[in-house]
Amino acid sequence: MSTKYETVIGLEVHVQLNTESKIFCGCSTEFGKEPNENTCPVCLGLPGTLPVLNKKVVDYAIMAGLALNCEIAEYSKFDRKNYFYPDLPKAYQISQFDLPVAENGRIEIETDEGIFNIGVTRVHLEEDAGKLIHEGSIDKSKGSLVDYNRTGVPLIEIVSEPDMRTPAQAKAYLTELKMIMEYLDISDCNMEEGSLRCDANVSLRPVGQEEFGTKAELKNMNSFSAVEKGLEYEVKRQRQLLEEGGEVVQETRTWDESLNKTISMRGKEEAHDYRYFPEPDLVPLEINEAWKEEMRKEIPELPREKYKRFVSELGLPEYDAGVLTGDKDMAVFFEEVLKDYDDPKNLSNWMMGEFLRLLNENNHSPFDSGVTPLNLARMLKLIDEDVISGKIAKEVFEKMYNSGSDPETIVEEEGLKQISDEDELENIVDGIIAENSDAVEDVQNGKDRAIGFLVGQVMKETRGKANPGLVNQMLRDKLMD
Amino acid sequence: MNIYDLTIHELKDKIAAGELTPAEIKNAYSDRINEVEDSVKSYITVTDQLADQGLAAYEKKKDGLLAGIPIAVKDNMSTDGIKTSCASKMLENYKPPYDATAVEKLSEAGAVIMGKTNMDEFAMGSSTENSAFFNTHNPWNLNHAPGGSSGGSAAAVAAGECAAALGSDTGGSIRQPAAYCGVVGLKPTYGMVSRYGLVAFASSLDQIGPITKDVEDSAIMMNVIAGHDPKDSTSIEGKKEDYTEYLKEDVSGMKIGIPEEYFNLDFDKEVKESVMAAVEKLKEAGAEVETVHMTDASYALAAYYVIAPAEASSNLARYDGVRYGLRSEHASDVSEMFTNTRHEGFGDEVKRRIMIGTYALSSGYYDAYYLKAQKVRTLIKDDFDRIFNDFDLIVTPTAPTTAIELGSKSDPLEMYYTDIFTVPINIAGVPAMSVPCGFDSNQMPIGLQLIGPHFGEGKIIQAAYTLEKLLNIKDKRAEL
Amino acid sequence: MIDKKDVEYAAGLAQLKLDEEEKEKYTEQIGEILDYVDKLSELDTDDVVPTAYTVPMKNVLRKDEVQESLPREKSLANAPDEKDGQFRAPKIMSD
Repeated sequence: MSTKYETVIGLEVHVQLNTESKIFCGCSTEFGKEPNENTCPVCLGLPGTLPVLNKKVVDYAIMAGLALNCEIAEYSKFDRKNYFYPDLPKAYQISQFDLPVAENGRIEIETDEGIFNIGVTRVHLEEDAGKLIHEGSIDKSKGSLVDYNRTGVPLIEIVSEPDMRTPAQAKAYLTELKMIMEYLDISDCNMEEGSLRCDANVSLRPVGQEEFGTKAELKNMNSFSAVEKGLEYEVKRQRQLLEEGGEVVQETRTWDESLNKTISMRGKEEAHDYRYFPEPDLVPLEINEAWKEEMRKEIPELPREKYKRFVSELGLPEYDAGVLTGDKDMAVFFEEVLKDYDDPKNLSNWMMGEFLRLLNENNHSPFDSGVTPLNLARMLKLIDEDVISGKIAKEVFEKMYNSGSDPETIVEEEGLKQISDEDELENIVDGIIAENSDAVEDVQNGKDRAIGFLVGQVMKETRGKANPGLVNQMLRDKLMD
Repeated sequence: MNIYDLTIHELKDKIAAGELTPAEIKNAYSDRINEVEDSVKSYITVTDQLADQGLAAYEKKKDGLLAGIPIAVKDNMSTDGIKTSCASKMLENYKPPYDATAVEKLSEAGAVIMGKTNMDEFAMGSSTENSAFFNTHNPWNLNHAPGGSSGGSAAAVAAGECAAALGSDTGGSIRQPAAYCGVVGLKPTYGMVSRYGLVAFASSLDQIGPITKDVEDSAIMMNVIAGHDPKDSTSIEGKKEDYTEYLKEDVSGMKIGIPEEYFNLDFDKEVKESVMAAVEKLKEAGAEVETVHMTDASYALAAYYVIAPAEASSNLARYDGVRYGLRSEHASDVSEMFTNTRHEGFGDEVKRRIMIGTYALSSGYYDAYYLKAQKVRTLIKDDFDRIFNDFDLIVTPTAPTTAIELGSKSDPLEMYYTDIFTVPINIAGVPAMSVPCGFDSNQMPIGLQLIGPHFGEGKIIQAAYTLEKLLNIKDKRAEL
Repeated sequence: MIDKKDVEYAAGLAQLKLDEEEKEKYTEQIGEILDYVDKLSELDTDDVVPTAYTVPMKNVLRKDEVQESLPREKSLANAPDEKDGQFRAPKIMSD
């Protein structure tokens, strides 16, 4: 019988913090500037320059640590990680080795298979490196070009425990981390722009074995789908190797999106002897209770808590709660509307239907559109009060979305008010009865479906404004007596 | 006396009295440089342009403490647009785009910056013979070294090529050349003077300080360069004083410790006699002098030769040929460029220290070397703290001998030993001054080291000022 | 004690190219220096906290405020080679 293998995955996630200035100098962190426009003697590592720590960076790391249920260090310090690479101006990266800002956390994730707790080993601060591009392809290039704009942009590295057992869990963990960072508003978390980066340690072991198998380190997964595909490929590769009686080699592998496989980087990496030692140019950090409390107050309700509350207190289906809390702005918008409107399910239907459709079409986030939470609440009330029909409401909503007007004005100006006055409808209904004798006969012969046709004709005549329930009732009264 | 022999305070007095103009002073020093530079070779770069700028700004900076005073700066301090080479081929053509804070403060105080002085490459050495460019000669005897690593600064002051100079001190690099050249050198408390713009050798030990013709000038220079700098995270806030307040001839009741373990070391007899004679004078003037016991200085030297190279191996890693400085022309890929650039750009001593430091930090050796040295550092620091609970100052020789002959020491360890008295002070982060206390039988100057507790610069200046008056040798100049 | 292989390893980490003669010389000299340094082991430091900072300070922080960067031509002024506003270096991989 063949051995069954269990997958073990741990993730190292780098998150760029969205501060105004860099971690150790005053240069802007703005993305997309001309090469080397955001550089100064400090981030270029010119001889004699010294780092000075940006307070906000520490604030953010503390917030991240608290949000990931970590213990925050009372005493923390910076260390130098020494290695040579053209994108690293000092030939060392200022990072944290043995005393990170936060340690021993965990977060809850959910996949189709259930709910899991994933341990967070540590959260530490470090500076980003520059950007290096090869002239031509990496193999045939004549040279490399370096842009140091990104050098010194603040990063936190979040290291997980090897607690994930499937690529789907890894993806769920990464998604949860991203959402938490977005809720904290400490990062843009854009994998394509590199403000969220993920490396993975992957190994397999026979089910029941305690000891970990030999791991491969997986790099260069630049999107959520790449993380999932890369891990799936790597798990498959290792399983095949082991099943064929082979051995996994400890190495770094890179995910090649175009080839859809992972490739060994062996021989292309220097030995990892980083010679960490305490950074003598920076003094230690002491984080007291007051500082921690100040940061705790900055932390909003986090996505997982919000999700649970939406289900338990608002009675939303889990699917709805997941979609709404999956995007911070969606969740915030939703709750803003609820201040003026008290049917969460009805609101959720609108947000996940029309609103999301338009947002996706326009590539907008909720607060980019012309719809304000208050106006959406007012529009929903107009439906509930039979002032407009649900169908008309879609028209009104689109106009709100594009113009920013309030629903009452649109209904008024466009004459979209629902006709719920029997006297006003009497002539129209009579006219439709007169014009559609066949259908009238069908109705009278008991074909109930024909009523629908006649209602439709009235709606058409009134350009959708007639109250369909009322028209239905009037037709029945007139024809079935 | 010649203009170039005058001290800062004498020059200031003459300017104030209308006897000299800043232009006359500048010209006198420029002439002196032209006259003796060929034989002394203090400067890597004579900065006429900077000096003229300083002179031109005189009217605006008239009230500055150094208005119109010619000052030299060691070539490891960043000067905007002016070559800052650290006496290394690596930075032979490097012109930084910014000023070091200490240099900025000199300019703000109205100083006329005469030039950038020679040094041991990246401040690694004790004789300035490790300069990649040329040797500097001791003005008291041109066959002798000026000491190091701030040898150019000390020689320039002693030869009258500037009124005063800035040096940097990682293990004795201000005090030892000051002693060899018969001038006053102060290494301030770690953190008193901003390191921003000082090209790093060993970050936790490096400190900028003044080299001057007398103690009063040292106090004036400290008033200019000391103080908090937001650009240096290790710079201390709120401890700066007016150091000229301490220029008092008074050591009565001052408690001075004489560490037996230091005086028991193997060193020159004439140096010992001269230092003890000076201590006797302090005693006569009312100081309470007592023998104290301290950890053997050789442990500090051993710790130093782990900590300094370790930090240096990291600080000097940035010289990779990518952004500035030398780039080897023989390289087909980046890795080859790194190794060839560093092979061609660094001298022997620099490579040796990078190697020691890299080894001491490498996997498997960190605990045995670096961590151990950091722990011994604690013991040494505690040792000084303990003495300073009961004593105001500690006195030792500055160096085991007077200036060595050029080319006389080729063994690295033997050269390292010349720093035995000065290194413990950097390890502990306390301030110390070398002040001339006499001459040996070859008429070479001898330096006495006054060590104070953290922020004890004032007391050091007070005792040194008193000693200077008692010995009455400060107006003796090297004859060139 | 340190041997030639250690010297080669350290030289590799430090990106220093050493010829045979230098390797021999450094092996010997560094060996002597480390012999001297070994006197540290005579001191009992079991309960001693290492000192990285001689003047105890903590939490030296600056505000998150953008300061002007260098003009780009100044950032690049010392570059041995540049192209399109970027620092140019030889290619990364050897053939």
